[in-house]
Amino acid sequence: MDRKNEKPVLELKDIHKSFGDNHVLKGFNLKLYKGENLVIMGKSGSGKSVMVKCIVGLIQPDSGSITIKDQDIITMGQKELDFLRTEIGFLFQGSALYDSMTVRENLEFPLRRHKDKIEDFKGTDHAVKEALKSVGLLEAIDKMPAELSGGMQRRVALARALILKPEIIMYDEPTTGLDPITANEIIQLMRNIQIEYNTSSLIITHDVDCARVISNRMILLVDGINYAEGTFEELSNSDDPQTSAFFKN
Amino acid sequence: MVNATLILERSKAFFAEIGDMTFFAGRFFRELFSRPFEFKELLKQCYNVGNRSLFLVVVTGFILGLVFTLQSRPTLMQFGAESWMPSMISISIVREIGPVIISLICAGKIGSGMGAELGSMRVTEQIDAMEVSGTNPFKFLIVTRILATTLMVPLLVILGDTIALVGSAIVENLKGGVSYTLYFNQVFDALSFTDILPATVKTVFFGFAIGLVGTYKGYNCAKGTVGVGEASNSAVVFTSLLLFIIDFIAVFVADIFFEI
Repeated sequence: MDRKNEKPVLELKDIHKSFGDNHVLKGFNLKLYKGENLVIMGKSGSGKSVMVKCIVGLIQPDSGSITIKDQDIITMGQKELDFLRTEIGFLFQGSALYDSMTVRENLEFPLRRHKDKIEDFKGTDHAVKEALKSVGLLEAIDKMPAELSGGMQRRVALARALILKPEIIMYDEPTTGLDPITANEIIQLMRNIQIEYNTSSLIITHDVDCARVISNRMILLVDGINYAEGTFEELSNSDDPQTSAFFKN
Repeated sequence: MVNATLILERSKAFFAEIGDMTFFAGRFFRELFSRPFEFKELLKQCYNVGNRSLFLVVVTGFILGLVFTLQSRPTLMQFGAESWMPSMISISIVREIGPVIISLICAGKIGSGMGAELGSMRVTEQIDAMEVSGTNPFKFLIVTRILATTLMVPLLVILGDTIALVGSAIVENLKGGVSYTLYFNQVFDALSFTDILPATVKTVFFGFAIGLVGTYKGYNCAKGTVGVGEASNSAVVFTSLLLFIIDFIAVFVADIFFEI
């Protein structure tokens, strides 16, 4: 589907980022449209996580612009950035659940400051239970993260990312460290969430199965730039040796 | 030449860290007076800090009073000055030994715990997750912890001092036949406002230093799990050093104002 005339919900233009002499991003560009699942693939250390952390303001890029819903996040103040962050759900690679809090408290945490943001807010307890239901883990509500398996932790982290009903969700290696069955469950869950909430998703992964199932469009990040872009079929059938190398295993 | 370069680099790193820590302390004061206030988390941290160190402080204080009295007794007896024991012990413990020893215990227990806890949160991206959720992790994690140690360490020191005096009174009662009433009468006669106030004020600074260094080391932890160990370890080492420096300054300032 050609969406060139449509306004993207997230746009990165010419992003550069270096750590000392290590030039990680060298002019990376990206457009994410409403309701789209965009997969970014790249080798380990290619700068995928750096790029996604630039988007949520955890790392400042050296140059370039990042626009979320027409707002430039690089120039905005901390308060505005904090408010804009409620429009973005983030699933961390290692789930990043607060291990001194129960599952309930983990989910309540983002609501502490931003419950007003939810239009039809029916109370914290209702919001927590609704988010846990959507990932099928209501029974774990009073458990500590340490009592949950890796897959369950990932699902709780996904529920936490969803609780503020964000328009954009970013997944940093959502299936890494999980067995194939659990990884498949997480992928299905991501698809269901996208359909149910009509979110735009940016998925950082090197899991080809995950990319095949979930992606509408893909970008290959190689040496800090957009090396190739297209649908899964286009890229997986590419004649370019560097592109096809991603899909061989 | 290599050694000179190494010394120069390490000195630079040391002063850079002092600068960073000063900014960190500045941010603490800025965030301390800005809304929203995290009262619930502050109470939780106060409970953690107090409860975690209570047993250790009680045991250390008791043994401190016991041993100090046992060791001092023979020397005072040689000069026929056993009757000075309650005054000497109380002034030494309240002015200097109690605050320093109890604060060092707290630095080991609380400071290292905070360094490890926050360091672990940093490397597992929990702090990043808080930031991404639009909540201020500095306010929630750092301000509450530093405030908790600033409030609780003085209370722990007062408790430790009291237990130390009880330990000393027991020795005096068993060894010298001094009644508890007489012992504590002499203790309260010997202690004055100029002994208690400067000692208590400096424990507020001790508590602040313990919280500041512990949280700074943990919050800025890097290098994965190795970094967590380093954060915990260096929190204790740096705090211990800082406590002695603060103690020196406090004694110096108290001498100017109270002529102790």
